[in-house]
Amino acid sequence: MQPELYASPDEDLRITDLHAFYGESHILHGIDISLCRGELVTLLGRNGAGRTTTLRAIMGLVSRRTGSIMVKGQETIAMPTHRIAHLGIGYCPEERGIYSSLSVEENLLLPPKVASGGLTVEQLYEMFPNLAERRNSRGTQLSGGEQQMLAMARILRTGADLLLLDEITEGLAPVIVERLGEVLTRLKGMGYTIVLVEQNFHFAAPLADRHYVVEHGHVVETVLKEELKAKTDLLNSYLSV
Amino acid sequence: MDIFSISPQVLLGQLLLGLINGSLYAVLSLGLAIIFGLLNIVNFTHGAQYMLGAVLAWAGLNYLGMNYWLALIFAPLMVGAIGIIIERTMLRRLANVDHLYGLLLTFGLALIIEGLLVRMLGVTGQPYAGPPELKGGMNLGFMFLPYYRAWVVVASLAACLGAWLLIERTKIGAYLRASTENPNLLKAFGINVPLLVTLAYGFGAALAGFAGVLAAPLFQVSPLMGSNLIIVVFAVVVIGGMGSILGSIVTGLSMGLIEGLTKVVYPEASSTVVFVVMAIVLLVRPAGLFGKAA
Ligand SMILES: Nc1ncnc2c1ncn2[C@@H]1O[C@H](COP(=O)(O)OP(=O)(O)OP(=O)(O)O)[C@@H](O)[C@H]1O
Ligand SMILES: [Mg+2]
Repeated sequence: MQPELYASPDEDLRITDLHAFYGESHILHGIDISLCRGELVTLLGRNGAGRTTTLRAIMGLVSRRTGSIMVKGQETIAMPTHRIAHLGIGYCPEERGIYSSLSVEENLLLPPKVASGGLTVEQLYEMFPNLAERRNSRGTQLSGGEQQMLAMARILRTGADLLLLDEITEGLAPVIVERLGEVLTRLKGMGYTIVLVEQNFHFAAPLADRHYVVEHGHVVETVLKEELKAKTDLLNSYLSV
Repeated sequence: MDIFSISPQVLLGQLLLGLINGSLYAVLSLGLAIIFGLLNIVNFTHGAQYMLGAVLAWAGLNYLGMNYWLALIFAPLMVGAIGIIIERTMLRRLANVDHLYGLLLTFGLALIIEGLLVRMLGVTGQPYAGPPELKGGMNLGFMFLPYYRAWVVVASLAACLGAWLLIERTKIGAYLRASTENPNLLKAFGINVPLLVTLAYGFGAALAGFAGVLAAPLFQVSPLMGSNLIIVVFAVVVIGGMGSILGSIVTGLSMGLIEGLTKVVYPEASSTVVFVVMAIVLLVRPAGLFGKAA
């Protein structure tokens, strides 16, 4: 699959030959990914494949990166992290990053607006009713599932329409995973562009337009939604431990 | 050394003096706590910044005729501005190396600033007359309380309360707290964290300068006035717990009171009692009374 196939004016993200480093360790070895407005893609792969690093590299949170990362037509490879965010990106990190010195509501209101639009606090409390009840608790007094909802809600308020979501279902009960699936479906319907890092393929499969399989810092396979059935065995061979 | 034979007058008087020192400790250790939280640096320049506040107030009065109240505004602003320059040009470069380097740099800077001022002004203390509006005092029955000393307590506590409200109740305070905890994620949300760090250092330095102006009429103004005080303040910070805002305020006040109490009970130990407390706290609760265990 050539990334050029997706070249179009409404391209939200185009990553070309991305290399990323933590100190001396060379982690990403030439990643190519692209997404159009409103698409949802997943990054699949085994533990340590480099999926989290890909998201961190997009945000400029690695020691060094080379190649090209175009966000809505703008080159960001040399931009400082806080400016990249203002291009309209919402980042939900793997460790969730709920601040313990802030209340639930302070966590929710923490990220500044990066674009117009965005859901209101009322809409978010309606989408995640648990958060409304716990709004005055310390952020880290929430359960794992509630913390995940808070981490999601937090970036939906800012007007960001390109979401980078890292393992949002990790370690959560099936009902909550189901709930997050509904939320993602709703967001996709609203036109959000989403990069989803997932281990849970059954969660990701029905949502995604396309899957990128990452291995040792390379994209080794791209599977379109239509090809899922035909390529199930191939995917399993890539993802089985 | 019978505690019960001590007259309440003497006791209350010393406690009040302790409260005055304690309120200065509180302002100084609060600034240190803010700087430590954001920069992870123990700011050894803090004593010099305190001294600079006092010297600027003294120089402003003698060379420019600037009165105390103006000095109370301008000297901290100047010290804060100098702090911002220090952070931008020097501390910033050490952000990614061991925090020990920041400690060494700020220690060296303190020596340079003090050395320069000793060359310019000598080591003899200069008196600084407080504001005429606060001349005199009132008789409390157990002691005579100069109005200026009461003002120092009020102004220090107001500064602490203001800083605490800023940090705990405002948006910028939420950014500061978040940056203390996880600065990278805050960057990813679109906050210019390096700018926040610069402002926090400037604010911490300005608080030290503010304490210096408050102290100028109490003590002699001299280039070395900060170096003794700051050792006690470091002990206060260790007792309270590195980086804890509330901890530094409460500990600052209580250590002043404990010093006052010791002056009554066993005067010989009054200058060491804070370090004794520090040693005990370090043994029992290494993270400090208000610190979170690492
Ligand atoms: N801070 C770091 N310093 C050095 N190496 C790192 C660092 N973080 C991750 N790595 C290494 O980079 C590689 C990719 O890690 P990454 O977190 O991107 O994997 P992942 O695909 O997200 O896997 P996981 O399922 O474990 O989350 C791993 O080999 C990991 O050991
Ligand atoms: Mg990961």
